[in-house]
Amino acid sequence: MIEGIIVSGLITSGVYALLAVGFSLIFGAARIINLAHTAFYMLAAYFIFTFASILGLDPILSAFVAAIAVTIIGVLVYKFIIDRVRAHETAVLIVTVAIAIIIQEAVVAGFGGHFRGVPSLVSGYAGIFGVKVTYQYILTFVVMLVVLVGTWAVLMRTKLGIAIRATAQDREVANLMGINVARMGMITMGIAVALAGIAGAVVAPLFTLQPYMWMHPLVMVLAVVVLGGLGSIKGSFIGALILGFAETLVVFLAPEGAFLKGALALTIMIIVILIRPEGLFGVSFEEER
Amino acid sequence: MSVISAYVGRAYRELRGEILVLPSKTILLVLCLLLFLIPAITSDAYILRVLILASVFAVFAASWDLLSGFTGQMNFGHALFFGVAAYTSALLNLHVGLAPWLTIPIGAVAAVLAGLIVGIPCLRLRGPYLALATLAFPLILTGIIYVFPGITGGERGVSGIAPLTGVRVIDYYICVVLMLILGFVMWKITGSKTGIIFHAIREDEVAVRASGINTTRYKLLAFCLSGLFAGIAGGLFVHFIRIASPISTLHILVSFQVIIWAIFGGIATIYGPMIGVFILVPLTEFLSVVPVVRDLRMLLFALVILIVLMFMPEGVTTWVRDKMEKECPRCKVRNVAFRKSCRVCMADLRQR
Repeated sequence: MIEGIIVSGLITSGVYALLAVGFSLIFGAARIINLAHTAFYMLAAYFIFTFASILGLDPILSAFVAAIAVTIIGVLVYKFIIDRVRAHETAVLIVTVAIAIIIQEAVVAGFGGHFRGVPSLVSGYAGIFGVKVTYQYILTFVVMLVVLVGTWAVLMRTKLGIAIRATAQDREVANLMGINVARMGMITMGIAVALAGIAGAVVAPLFTLQPYMWMHPLVMVLAVVVLGGLGSIKGSFIGALILGFAETLVVFLAPEGAFLKGALALTIMIIVILIRPEGLFGVSFEEER
Repeated sequence: MSVISAYVGRAYRELRGEILVLPSKTILLVLCLLLFLIPAITSDAYILRVLILASVFAVFAASWDLLSGFTGQMNFGHALFFGVAAYTSALLNLHVGLAPWLTIPIGAVAAVLAGLIVGIPCLRLRGPYLALATLAFPLILTGIIYVFPGITGGERGVSGIAPLTGVRVIDYYICVVLMLILGFVMWKITGSKTGIIFHAIREDEVAVRASGINTTRYKLLAFCLSGLFAGIAGGLFVHFIRIASPISTLHILVSFQVIIWAIFGGIATIYGPMIGVFILVPLTEFLSVVPVVRDLRMLLFALVILIVLMFMPEGVTTWVRDKMEKECPRCKVRNVAFRKSCRVCMADLRQR
């Protein structure tokens, strides 16, 4: 049971971390609350399903293609839809919800509302401390870890990362320093959607696919981001670990109370922000007037 | 006699001087009168049902506008107020046997308490943090409802609730009249001193605090007022639909739906969200009865919203109003677009 909790908790936390980091990045660089974020994650999972189960391509190849396709769609959506209404904060909310509903309904129209499964990207299992862990879990975990560390390295060590963080800190000053703020928004959106796409691609074989699978992660990602502090990568990571494990513990320890998993995680979030209103590692943005 | 004629004269002057001079107000008046005439034109139960639901949701959307549109405290969990009132009314009606005219106000009071419970912790949060934190409350309540299926009916909800009156036309008039009264009250609140403070909090909270106003108290007041009106809507809804389920009252899509209606209509106007509801609710119903598009109705609904907002990002009513009227640059009074000088201060309007 303990090993089950650890494996399952790590995977859940990893998904939330990947999604939350992207969500947090796009909020920082473009001030957009992108409620369609997890819809892209779902889209990636369904792309793999299309390529691997319907067209019969190699699962690993389809995972790559799916992640890239979702990134392209995300950037196009940003460029042609979100960017146009960006000046109106409230319109952005509704436009992103509308995009999420459009993706959901497109999936319903294309695949129907049934549960779908995706074949494992790799088969077989390994024994770790006497516990059987399938290679799929190990692959998913390793990919998530590599991608998270990679994102952190890009943000902290490259010129592009500095530009993104500068834009997040103060748009006007970043603009004065010669950073193309509009392009940074688009690049950040690309990175964020790519993270969501990778998350969708690597966990698709572990979860069942259905057209409403974007809603629960969306709520959890919002909770993770608030818990960890908006705009903080470290915060998103630790927030994801806390809420991912809290959720898994509820599912494992109280199987009849599985529908409480969301409620418990959200209660934890409320308690934390009561004590620290800016989240665990919140970066305070300059007051925008 | 002379008292009555004085009142009539005053009403006539108000009508001519305040309402008929502005096309937006004239259109609103005509629309309100039209609503009263609809049962005379058609007694089709389905059309009346759609309009009753639209009236209830109009109050709900306007209550969101009162809180989020005016004070800028983005509430992503507005379904909480709706759901708390709906469940309170339903359970009181079912287990205690109170009549709808008692359960709806009690439900509204319960929603005000919910407003306090959400408001007090959330007032320390700002901007996006507040928006994302409020999203959590209806989902926590959903979890609690699932834990006690014996009382709350769990996933299947509570059914067998007493109807409002049982006669469709009377239900219709109750809902429409209540909607107009509550809408008018909300509109008056936003025009009062309190409403101005709400507006100022959205524009610049620091400046409001610096003017010696306790903004926390006003934000809490906004939460409670909004909860009150949303609660009345929730009570009406549950007594009309006669079933209270987590999906129809507390689901995350209910919270999103109300934001969609309000922003589509145009926020910070009160009548904007109400008109938004009266456009979008019949549209959704229409799409679900046309056989060809039934399966694609959500897709079409989302596309309509996307396209409309890309061209009118401030909402439909705001866009139409700004086409018909312009604001006097000197005294900020609204004028018909074709006037050459302001109707109050005679300032020249032609340059703009």
